[in-house]
Amino acid sequence: MAEPIGTPILTAPVAEGAHDQHMVLNMGPQHPSTHGVLRLVLEIDGEIVVRLYPEVGYLHTGIEKTCEAKFYQQVVPLTDRVDYLGPMANNLCYCLAVEKLLQLEIPARAQWIRVLLTELTRINSHLIWLGTHAMDIGALTVFLYTFREREDILRIFEMVAGQRMMTSYFRIGGLAMEPPLDMFDRIQKFIKSFPEKIDEYSNLLTGNPIFFNRLKGVGYLSPEDAVALAVSGPIMRASGIDFDVRRDMPYSGYEKFQFKVPVTTEGDCWARYLLRLEEMRESVKIIQQALDGVPEGPIKADAPKIVLPDREKMKTQMEALIHHFKIVTEGFNVPAGEAFQMIESGHGQMGYYVVSDGTAKPYRVHMRYPGFASLQALETMCKGRMLADVVAVVGSIDIVLGEIDR
Amino acid sequence: MSETSNYLTKAAVLEQMPEHPAVVALAALGDAFVDAKFDRGELTLTVKPEAIVAAGRAVQAAGYNAFQTVTAVDWFPSSPRFQLSYHILSHQFKEIIRLCTRVEESEASVESMTAVWPGANYYEREVFDLFGIRFEGHPNLRRILMPEEWEGHPLRKDYPVEGYR
Repeated sequence: MAEPIGTPILTAPVAEGAHDQHMVLNMGPQHPSTHGVLRLVLEIDGEIVVRLYPEVGYLHTGIEKTCEAKFYQQVVPLTDRVDYLGPMANNLCYCLAVEKLLQLEIPARAQWIRVLLTELTRINSHLIWLGTHAMDIGALTVFLYTFREREDILRIFEMVAGQRMMTSYFRIGGLAMEPPLDMFDRIQKFIKSFPEKIDEYSNLLTGNPIFFNRLKGVGYLSPEDAVALAVSGPIMRASGIDFDVRRDMPYSGYEKFQFKVPVTTEGDCWARYLLRLEEMRESVKIIQQALDGVPEGPIKADAPKIVLPDREKMKTQMEALIHHFKIVTEGFNVPAGEAFQMIESGHGQMGYYVVSDGTAKPYRVHMRYPGFASLQALETMCKGRMLADVVAVVGSIDIVLGEIDR
Repeated sequence: MSETSNYLTKAAVLEQMPEHPAVVALAALGDAFVDAKFDRGELTLTVKPEAIVAAGRAVQAAGYNAFQTVTAVDWFPSSPRFQLSYHILSHQFKEIIRLCTRVEESEASVESMTAVWPGANYYEREVFDLFGIRFEGHPNLRRILMPEEWEGHPLRKDYPVEGYR
């Protein structure tokens, strides 16, 4: 029993003393509740989890290494594929980090549209979490409802970026193109009806005694553990740590928006569930403010050597054509230095650390994703609890293996 | 290297930010506090490799409570080859600082930060896996993303992007 937290379970425990009842159980990587390819090795005493060891890396594609071989602007589509449920948040974080290196000023309109779409992404990410989490617990219907609304969001993304999931709509220096004219109406229509939809999910789940009993008091994480284990986002705030990057270290113009950061102190799966529902409501408020106040103006920074020119200019002006050719074939040089940009994604604090050596390709791109840290806390949350609770806890930390394995 | 207007070297950092809690905390380390810079709104503090955990404890005591990430940068072929960058967030000051240290390839090993923040566990395993830098005192220093039997460390600059075929 003296094994410290985080040591692997490689062999079955030897039959001696208190250990003789223990067995080792392998869960995943094909288990339906592991959201992709997470493998958990559990040492159990009857139905009680004694130790738990997550094995990751099944989705490792070496994106960080690939980034080093691409031009700065070519990295944007790679970032979509990391946390594939929150594409816009990935794009935003990477673009902000490179813009920090370039010290580029982004026009207000682009910033507002970025906020607008990132908040939609957060709702998208939370909807998938809610649907799959409820499905893990056994409430299959909720999945159908949340995916109905998710489909609306994906249609908006498709309309904006031409792509449903891998949007790559944010570019270094602004946005790819002016959003289509009726995008604002579509989003307005969506968020007008969306709060009722949250009530609908809440009606299905919050009063449901089975759902309540499966989550209440399960997967407790103390605030001290949350900070020590680098956990962030909704899980940390459900444990009573009041910190949100959007409010406390604003980026992309978040300081102009009024919103509340929900915080609870219970620290269990139920608290995380309620907190994420509340976050969706707050996101709706931010989107409404963004829609009401979106300023007019350019959507790209005034930096012809970095931002691709508009198609029409490229076809008619010699200089724009030269810039276009240079950016596409040679990229643009970024001044040497390093930048770490952190944003609040749907899962927690996402950070990009970009190091430049002054050339057109990033020297090093490191991605800090919240799921990686949340997975470290899994053993703390599951230890000494029932085996069936592991499924509830894995669901409640909202892991996306794409962001963990990168 | 663009010398931007808000770029500060170590002397300038000590002069212009004498009351910054992280600067105060590290100044107490004396000689081990090698370098500092303030660039593009970010404070980078460089310490000697043997003092990295002491630096971690010092900034933790100064209010930088939340470890965010640790990663390495391979400056092959210059020496010292590896740069380790720790990003530490303060919930209180709402600021991130970067602790840096440089290690040689021949002695690519530092003390593990898990004694200060247990959350450094997976991040250090990742650095070990992809760069081959060892962390002494780590509870479970094994590969995390690559298979156990993998040869080489993929994020090193002398490792081809396409891999070995």
